[in-house]
Amino acid sequence: MAEEFFIQGNEACAKGAIAAGCRFFAGYPITPSTEIAETLARELPKVGGSFVQMEDEIASAGAIIGGSWGGAKSMTATSGPGISLMQENIGYAFMSETPIVIVDVQRGSPSTAQPTMAAQGDMMQARWGSHGDYEPIALSPSSVQEFFDFTIKAFNLAEEYRVPVFVMADEVIGHMREKIVVEEDIEIVARKRPEKSDNYLPFENIENGTTPMPAFGDGFNIHVTGLTHDERGYPDTNNPETHDKLIQRICDKVLNNKDKICSVKTKDCEDADVVVVSYGGPVRSVVEAVAKARADGKKVGYAKIDTPWPFPDEQIKEACANAKDVIVVEMNLGQMYYEVDRVCKRDANVHLMGKIGGLLPTPDEILEQIDRIGGN
Amino acid sequence: MRTEIRIGGFGGQGVILAGIILGKSACLFDGKEAVQTQSYGPEARGGASKCEVVISDSEIDYPKVLTPDIFIAMSNEALVKYIVDLKDNGTLIVDPGTTDVEDVREFIDEHNIKVYEAPATKTATDEIGLKIVANIVMVGAITKITKVISKEAAIKAIEASVPKGTEEKNIKAFEAGYALVE
Amino acid sequence: MSESKQNRFLQYMREDRLPHIFCPGCGNGAIINAFLAAMEKAGMDFDNIAMVSGIGCSSRIPGYLDCDSLHTTHGRALSFATGLKTANKDLDVVVFTGDGDAASIGGNHLIHAARRNINLTVICINNNIYGMTGGQISPTSPKGSFGTTAPYGNQDTPFKLAELVAAAGATYSARWTTVQIENLVLAIKEGLENPGFSFIEVATQCPTYFGRKNKLKTPTAMAAVMKANTVFKSAAERMSAKELEGKIVVGEFANTTKDEFTENIDKISVEKSGKKTVINSAYETEL
Repeated sequence: MAEEFFIQGNEACAKGAIAAGCRFFAGYPITPSTEIAETLARELPKVGGSFVQMEDEIASAGAIIGGSWGGAKSMTATSGPGISLMQENIGYAFMSETPIVIVDVQRGSPSTAQPTMAAQGDMMQARWGSHGDYEPIALSPSSVQEFFDFTIKAFNLAEEYRVPVFVMADEVIGHMREKIVVEEDIEIVARKRPEKSDNYLPFENIENGTTPMPAFGDGFNIHVTGLTHDERGYPDTNNPETHDKLIQRICDKVLNNKDKICSVKTKDCEDADVVVVSYGGPVRSVVEAVAKARADGKKVGYAKIDTPWPFPDEQIKEACANAKDVIVVEMNLGQMYYEVDRVCKRDANVHLMGKIGGLLPTPDEILEQIDRIGGN
Repeated sequence: MRTEIRIGGFGGQGVILAGIILGKSACLFDGKEAVQTQSYGPEARGGASKCEVVISDSEIDYPKVLTPDIFIAMSNEALVKYIVDLKDNGTLIVDPGTTDVEDVREFIDEHNIKVYEAPATKTATDEIGLKIVANIVMVGAITKITKVISKEAAIKAIEASVPKGTEEKNIKAFEAGYALVE
Repeated sequence: MSESKQNRFLQYMREDRLPHIFCPGCGNGAIINAFLAAMEKAGMDFDNIAMVSGIGCSSRIPGYLDCDSLHTTHGRALSFATGLKTANKDLDVVVFTGDGDAASIGGNHLIHAARRNINLTVICINNNIYGMTGGQISPTSPKGSFGTTAPYGNQDTPFKLAELVAAAGATYSARWTTVQIENLVLAIKEGLENPGFSFIEVATQCPTYFGRKNKLKTPTAMAAVMKANTVFKSAAERMSAKELEGKIVVGEFANTTKDEFTENIDKISVEKSGKKTVINSAYETEL
């Protein structure tokens, strides 16, 4: 039987994590994500899971990577200042191909800025925050239900591709309460255990795929390092070819599966002169604004990005194919805007409606933009 | 139909729980949609605190309250601070024990506000013997006055939201609030 | 080389990774030997050992040993190890680290891991310098010693790591040097057997950087000076601060019992779920 709850986004995230099989959480308290840690501190022991409050966010990111190699689906949750501190270890997770989930409930930034207000200022940190080349996966929920669903999806993708996956939420979605429906049957991707054989290679260069990973203690005696390594996992730092092959593969396993990973929801885009592109909390306002504009007979549609990373080039291009103008609504001064501009600028004028300060853009503010742009 | 509700009081009075109960009643037990939001400040107790709920027959997109249809004030500071957005012809419910509507008389008259008095704090203290259930008394009054949620749903939501062992006292508080107004 | 002349510890090594990167005269080889001897003495199952390390010369050790090994980021080995041990409480987790890794960039993790008394055995190889990056001073460099970043002599007071970790709450903490291998072996054995946070600081020689910068050009010269400067803890207790300047105090600084971190987590799990924490749950679909 499906169950219904009226809960906070952050609580839904914690519930989703447990449903996805998360049995290890390490984190450090930070507004506005703290309820995720608090909920898991309460709930994980009830399912045989472990909760650890670490000394800081650097340690939290390290601990979940250790937890993942220890055989547990592992997660941390934080906000801007914490995600900044985690970046080095996040890079390590990409390099060592460790499945982890990082939830970022975004708040006003940079620095400490606005702890209790909403923003979407960390989108590029999810993309480029650690040093070097890698391809992250990120999901952005626009409702409490999606915060639940996307947390599960994040674990599934992390296991499928052996990568860190970000859930890029914001204070609005993290703190508001809505109804969620928890279905009885939830699709869970379990980690695949490799076959024991003499020629098992934990970092094998297999085409368009991901090598199954053992847990520590399984008897594979593997070496995991952040140094450039060969297929055995052994450091090979001065060989350009080894590095090139490794990094290309780490990027390609995500890029070559974009059609399976990327998700964009659209409405009324086919004949739209103006397409409004958004993700996360602001989608709520966009949906209402576009419905009002349509009711007034304006040819407007919207595209909601579920997966900001890898950026869904094809879906956004298609959604905006017939538009003269594209408006990107986000709670920063231009981050995903540049991605939309990159894929749409040959066919449409791409405009930024960036709002900072902590409040969700209102439907009326978006309607004004639509009128101002679409009217010309 | 979309109804926007704002509840204001001072921190620690339980206005957040009152809002959660309204939202839960509507979407888990009345078959409607609801979103509850609140402002988070660094102050954990004291100061003006507000909780907002949107209740609708259809899907709620924009989740925040901009111009409430209903405003419930449980402290004078909240009354004065948060009444300004109330819609013309809107509903104002105040606890006369903790507010003074004369402080906002001008606004009430100018915007044709319907004013109801629900002495929640006094009722909680006198009838239940527990000042802290004033928020639940107020939920009773809101239910009766606005009909935005059903009485049955409210009772179920209270049972599902209050600490175990306190259900009876809270239902009693709700009933007392429900009986406060005609 | 005939079979009989092979080092008996070769069976624990990843032979396909040899030769190693350590300099001639480095103390790491002796410490690996001491660790493996201690492990055998403690009657431990090598197959159940997982190693974690950070960045630095000493952190390369797990890469040469044929067990599961996690070579992590600079200073963070203990946070990775905390996650690994918590996720699978049955593993024997050993951390190899150095003075820069554990006491400088990783200092916060060190005191917190000790505070939690999590069952990890930490071998901290203290050569008083950053060897891998070419001889910069570390938080344990003696006052007045020279490094590439202290061309006029180090002005800072060094940390006393074994004492620091004992004060932070570790249930076992000891310091020995590479010229007291037998004591070192026993201390590592004690550490492996202690069901809590165990910290074994090994004062060692880095002839390549510390030696060259400080007029101690050969490993033998370094060993001789180390030996001459070593004072047992019992003797040190009767010496003044002035007399102890530049000395290496050896012995045990903590040897006690206390609740262990992961056991506490298991206790809560038993209380709330009726069973100990689950292991290898990532591989399950039905939970």
